[in-house]
Amino acid sequence: MSENYAPKSAVGRWFNDRLPLLNLIYGHLLPYPTPKNLNYWWTFGGILTFCLVTQIITGLVLAMHYVADADLAFASVEHIMRDVNYGWLLRYIHANGASLFFMAVYIHMARSLFYGSYKEPRELIWIIGVFIFLLMIATAFMGYVLPWGQMSFWGATVITNLFSAIPLVGESVTNWLWGGYAVGSPLLTRFFTLHYLMPFLIFALVILHVWALHVPGNNNPEGINVVQGSQDTVPFHPHYVVKDMFALVVFLVVFAGFVFFVPNLLGHTDNYIEANPLQTPEHIVPEWYFLPFYAILRSVPDKLGGVILMVSAIAILAFLPWLDTSKVRSAKYRPLYRQFVWLFFANVILLGYLGAQTADGLFLIIGRIATAYYFAHFIIILPLLGYIEKTKPLPKSLSEPVLSPEERQMKAAASGASA
Amino acid sequence: MSEKQVTRRNFLYVTTGAFAAAGAASLAWPFVDQMNPDASVKALASTEIDLRPIIPGQSITVMWRGKPVFIRRRTQAEIDEAKKVNLADLPHPEEDSDRAQNPEWLVMVGICTHLGCVPLGQKGDYNGWFCPCHGSHYDTSGRIRKGPAPTNLEIPDYVFLNETTIKIG
Repeated sequence: MSENYAPKSAVGRWFNDRLPLLNLIYGHLLPYPTPKNLNYWWTFGGILTFCLVTQIITGLVLAMHYVADADLAFASVEHIMRDVNYGWLLRYIHANGASLFFMAVYIHMARSLFYGSYKEPRELIWIIGVFIFLLMIATAFMGYVLPWGQMSFWGATVITNLFSAIPLVGESVTNWLWGGYAVGSPLLTRFFTLHYLMPFLIFALVILHVWALHVPGNNNPEGINVVQGSQDTVPFHPHYVVKDMFALVVFLVVFAGFVFFVPNLLGHTDNYIEANPLQTPEHIVPEWYFLPFYAILRSVPDKLGGVILMVSAIAILAFLPWLDTSKVRSAKYRPLYRQFVWLFFANVILLGYLGAQTADGLFLIIGRIATAYYFAHFIIILPLLGYIEKTKPLPKSLSEPVLSPEERQMKAAASGASA
Repeated sequence: MSEKQVTRRNFLYVTTGAFAAAGAASLAWPFVDQMNPDASVKALASTEIDLRPIIPGQSITVMWRGKPVFIRRRTQAEIDEAKKVNLADLPHPEEDSDRAQNPEWLVMVGICTHLGCVPLGQKGDYNGWFCPCHGSHYDTSGRIRKGPAPTNLEIPDYVFLNETTIKIG
């Protein structure tokens, strides 16, 4: 496909002969064979790329006005909001963009879980994805510290203090991170530096993610292997380019709704109070997208244990391709997994709800059960299901499940005749 | 080749590699160490406080190394309460006399040993300090009694310069 490509213009040909960049882009974006039955859950890859680019562009221009110093940061953000031309818009796009980025990435991950996209031969795509998710978490957390409001400051305090749970060297590590004996200016400046760097690392991983994806090709809702270039595939352009664009427009409606009508809905009012190292807010909560992990952290009465469990909750995802012992990918053909995966999604949402509540009484007990279930899903349910579940018969092609019985018969007769 | 011989080439290969590794490691150190507390931060490492304005039952909070330090002039009731506690009941057993040089004055870093929030004074189940973040209760000696914090509130190094002045750090 890409080998046959020749640019139409003379300049294009001249360039392409010396550096076949156009070949590369063409091969991956235009005739790239894609399963013909991808549903709208598959459009989030494109949406996420859009989110990343939006964050990089808005972040770049915000950095032109922001000052990463503990005495000036809060005022510089207010300066962006009040004085800088369209500063309010750029900041609201960046802040809400982070939330929508996570919304999209959770849907993208849920799709992979439901349709078994992480399974052989796509394990590495999934693992690269887990690393992207980790970098997103770090980037979002550091970004939230930059406005230097009360939630920024105390969020940074609580999270950097997690490192003090490390035995023996904990205190030296936290002092090293802080560049002092408490959260302050040195930490803010280095967080800004890293917050600026990480999106570019994410971008590099996204290239690897897509590259690894284009080796076996996309998974699909049936979860069966599709022969590239067969009747089961269509070229990426125009079919999925148009579908992705439409989904993106719908996504942008939601995005614009947040930015223009409820720009502070997902934020916390305490972050409009400047950081005060002498006063902790009554109730510290992280941004909504961290709440499930925060609930896991708080469900353990032991400091080190809580930290280990929270880190494990993300790290365990990387082992998912081997924890799930079933060979059948799509939940469509796995009657038991189909129920358990919904239960898992519900449990994560429950954990998110609990993360926003105070950790005592009944909430704490439910939090512990939900945490235990989160891990049980990965280390008990998934390995066992592969052995005990009776899966439904898989279709031979993508067309088979959507054909009427008559059409199916005709097709069988035709293939019988040709054979 | 029946037996592996160590040649001159092997030797040069290993020594070159070892020197390169040692060189890279020593060059990496400045890049790591630059993040540690710098000279200007360390220079602010001690603070002197005049205790005269504080009456019994009153606390002040001072900043030391960017952290809040609680200085409380305890009432006799609080001192008695702190002294009569059975050490076996404590998650992190410490005598009150080891925590306060002068029983009337309790000086401690006002940072919860769980995840670094600032506890609220004269609150909680033990009439001492209570951390609103994750619910740790400290007693009138700043010792952890209930909740997720692993240790008692930290006592900084301090000396009484005279009857009414202390130096922290």
